Amino acid sequence: MATREDRGASEGSSEVRAGLASRVLVGVQELYRRPSSAIGATIFVLFLLMALFGPMIAPYGANEQIVEDAREPPSADHWFGTDNLGRDVFSRVVLGARDVLALAGLGTLAAVILGTVIGLVSGYYGGWVDEVVMRFFDSLLSLPALLLALLLLGSLGPSRNSVLVVITVVYTPIVARVVRSVVLSVKTKEFVEAARVQGEPVWYILFREIFPSTLPALAVEASLRFSYAIFLVASLGFLGVGVQPPSPDWGLMVKEGRANFTQTPWALYFPAGAIAVVVIGVNLVADTLKQILQVPSQLRK
Amino acid sequence: MVSSENGLILEIEDLTVGYQQAGGWREAVRHVSLEIPKGQTVGLVGESGSGKTTLALATMRYLPEEGTVCQGAIRFQGRDLLALKDADMRRIWGSQMTMVPQDAQASLNPSVKLGEQVAELLRHQEGLSESEARSRTRELFERVQLGDPDRVRDSYPHQLSGGMLQRVLTAMAISTEPSLLVLDEPTSSLDVTTQAVMLDLFRELIGGQRQTAVLYITHNLGVVAQIADRVAVLYAGDLVEDAPTVDLYHQPLHPYTRGLLDCVPKLGENKTEVNLRPIQGQIPSLRDLPTGCIFRPRCPLAIEVCKEYPPLYEAGKGRRSRCHRWEEIKEGEISGSQPVPEGAQVEPPSGAEEDVLDLEDVKVHFTERRSLAKLLSGRASTKVRAVDGVSFDVGRGRTVGLVGESGSGKTTLARAVVGLAERTGGEIKLLDTELPPGLRGRSAETFCCLQIVFQNPADTLNPYLSVGQILRRPLKRLRDQTPEELDAAVRELLESVHLSGEYASRLPGQLSGGEKQRVAIARAFAPRPDLLIADEPVTSLDVSVQASILNLFNELQGEYEIGTLFISHDLAVVGYLADVVAVIYLGQLMEVSESASIFDPPHHPYTEALLSSVPLVDPEGEQEQIRLTGEVPSPSEEITGCPFHTRCPRFIGDICVEEIPPWREISGMSKRTFCHIPEEELREKQKRTFRFSE
Repeated sequence: MATREDRGASEGSSEVRAGLASRVLVGVQELYRRPSSAIGATIFVLFLLMALFGPMIAPYGANEQIVEDAREPPSADHWFGTDNLGRDVFSRVVLGARDVLALAGLGTLAAVILGTVIGLVSGYYGGWVDEVVMRFFDSLLSLPALLLALLLLGSLGPSRNSVLVVITVVYTPIVARVVRSVVLSVKTKEFVEAARVQGEPVWYILFREIFPSTLPALAVEASLRFSYAIFLVASLGFLGVGVQPPSPDWGLMVKEGRANFTQTPWALYFPAGAIAVVVIGVNLVADTLKQILQVPSQLRK
Repeated sequence: MVSSENGLILEIEDLTVGYQQAGGWREAVRHVSLEIPKGQTVGLVGESGSGKTTLALATMRYLPEEGTVCQGAIRFQGRDLLALKDADMRRIWGSQMTMVPQDAQASLNPSVKLGEQVAELLRHQEGLSESEARSRTRELFERVQLGDPDRVRDSYPHQLSGGMLQRVLTAMAISTEPSLLVLDEPTSSLDVTTQAVMLDLFRELIGGQRQTAVLYITHNLGVVAQIADRVAVLYAGDLVEDAPTVDLYHQPLHPYTRGLLDCVPKLGENKTEVNLRPIQGQIPSLRDLPTGCIFRPRCPLAIEVCKEYPPLYEAGKGRRSRCHRWEEIKEGEISGSQPVPEGAQVEPPSGAEEDVLDLEDVKVHFTERRSLAKLLSGRASTKVRAVDGVSFDVGRGRTVGLVGESGSGKTTLARAVVGLAERTGGEIKLLDTELPPGLRGRSAETFCCLQIVFQNPADTLNPYLSVGQILRRPLKRLRDQTPEELDAAVRELLESVHLSGEYASRLPGQLSGGEKQRVAIARAFAPRPDLLIADEPVTSLDVSVQASILNLFNELQGEYEIGTLFISHDLAVVGYLADVVAVIYLGQLMEVSESASIFDPPHHPYTEALLSSVPLVDPEGEQEQIRLTGEVPSPSEEITGCPFHTRCPRFIGDICVEEIPPWREISGMSKRTFCHIPEEELREKQKRTFRFSE
């Protein structure tokens, strides 16, 4: 038997206004209330600014070689020092932000869109369609992301676009699975059945009735995937199969910095630090999002 | 067994309990004083938010962390309970103070056999040895009338039914001959026939334990009438009345109690004879209580003095009432009844009407998916016959009430009509158009004509859409309105369910259960259906809200001239609201009768059993004690002949097992029964099953 409930309207809920915009605003306020996510969000915003306004911030060009200043440790002229080719490390880090964030961002976006659609359809219809798709995704998920990425890049050839495709392929299955699990629990709810009984077409039921319920889980998953995507882009760059030189890709910079580590260790530290800081920052935000949205992985009481 | 000098096992004095939660401070129990002497059963009655569970938990010193006792005293056997340390409480819990909770399944360890769980308790409490514990367990199981106690001992909780588990918990609770036994809604999750057997058992056990004080918590006024010696009524944390059961039901001295008694449909009453009077207004939020008497905003008797918080007046004969005007009520000058709601007059349906819905031998069979284990063992997949040949029709302007217990198939039938479940046999005609077996292939017109209201108000509305958005959609699609007309139409819909236009901008999370259900009803009416299916729409609502929703159904049916199929397990509700009652058991109809004659014999034996199982809202009423043995068979079992024969108290022999019964028309009434027993024999053997005392 369901629990009895007929409380007054003021019980429980805080001021909830319809409208996605106001809810997002509240979410952002929440983020800044907590120290961990405030830090994370700030970090992310900083790097976002770097990505957007890179050329205006960077004092030097990405590939500008100043031979007489080569191999210099951090100084007033070169905040992060210079590498063995005389390039300003600070400028390269700043300009590299654009590539990394754009690639990771677009790739994650594509994975989220694709994963959501597949998750919605597969979860709603069930049956053998669901089985086939999910088993296929399971097989993709059984491979470590990096390995899968390498396999794909082997056939696609290393380039910026290939990295985009790779990120999408690698992360779509997880997003689909998360969305699907929400769909499974929501599709049996009475309001969905009410929509079916009113003859609503499937696309309406999927996108208007069911989809909003997936947003909390999706938001958390998307932010998490974003942080992993950044790391993946950097890893691919490090392995030399991602973005190609002379692009100021951080991963590439780490690779090159490693080669010249004894002479110019700062050329390794700073790009590596940048990768770590961004990933941690986005992760902190993802963590807090999870708390705020209280995405339950366990049963509700 | 110790009691205080005055024979009181439990004394609660001016108790106030509150919770500190995220939203603030809430007082759940306020200034409650209650005494229970040994041998007495006190029924604690209240709706949601009344504080009855909090009171029980506080009494047992089992409040959660956020709960605090702000003031007052609790004395158990003369000892100050609030002063005891946990170590002392541990000696009392489970031995002198025990509890039977509501949800049996949740209260038992799912991975330990039942025999072991009971034995563990016995070993711990009474220091029995292994073999002593085993035989005592067996003894206890026999005492709670568990047939086949050895099998129960060897079973895991999930292998037994709710009723049986509840008996095990009862066995555990009485095993130590406690001084105080607390029962918290122990039967509310059970079927009515199972509940009747449990209530019999409780009465017997309690009667045998003359030294035990019992606190029985429930929201069901029928149950409390049948089991309690005294009743204490709680409203939003206040104790509003406390009286011996007979006196309370005969003449309640508080308007809330009167309101409750007036709004519960009583067995035998139909809407054409009686008006349900819902209690106007709503239960207040505990964070926002009115000043003075908290019932004042809803009270028909409220006057100036009610702005002062009333004390608990002594009203003579061991009665207490928290109403300033109790004397006037006692003298009979005023009654405290709620006003008759407007629009409540129901006209009996006029003459011949078209059939809105026509069911012919409808079957819904499921094949259980074959698991690997079943495949390997070579067993054929089992067929679940949820609905197995149901035929009846619903006329325009008429309500057909479908009554059944769990496993009867009533919900499956509703879903089959609406298309959510696939029909595997038979025909369903909606206004002479045959319906396809599922949702696929149904025309837009069908979707308009046929709508459903569900049981659970919590999930019935999309939490991300506002009420206006929810209502606009069907209006736009199915009635083809222009945007300007839409807003007006939404407002009109809301008003038809007695909600003001401003509800359109609210989200479901801001509505109460009753309000959500009203919006669900409005949504169902948006496309102007010809047939409305209501699947247990009031089951999850408080008693005072049920009445207003039932009245709403009545009103809307009269206004829009629709046919209604109303499904419930509650025979009193169905008997009240319906024009025709159909009783369903294991997927087949047992009896179909005009509601005017459903309560009079001759009955189908199952109907007879149901009528004798519903606890009467009258402590002095008379009722036959026809009880069904055993459990409801699973719908996957193959039962030959009459599906009821395995439990029928009027089983007449092999014919019931071998042959499918005929439908018999009962003379002089608009009733037919599905039974081998001829009418004359039934008339001879059956008496009127129940009688109210007035």
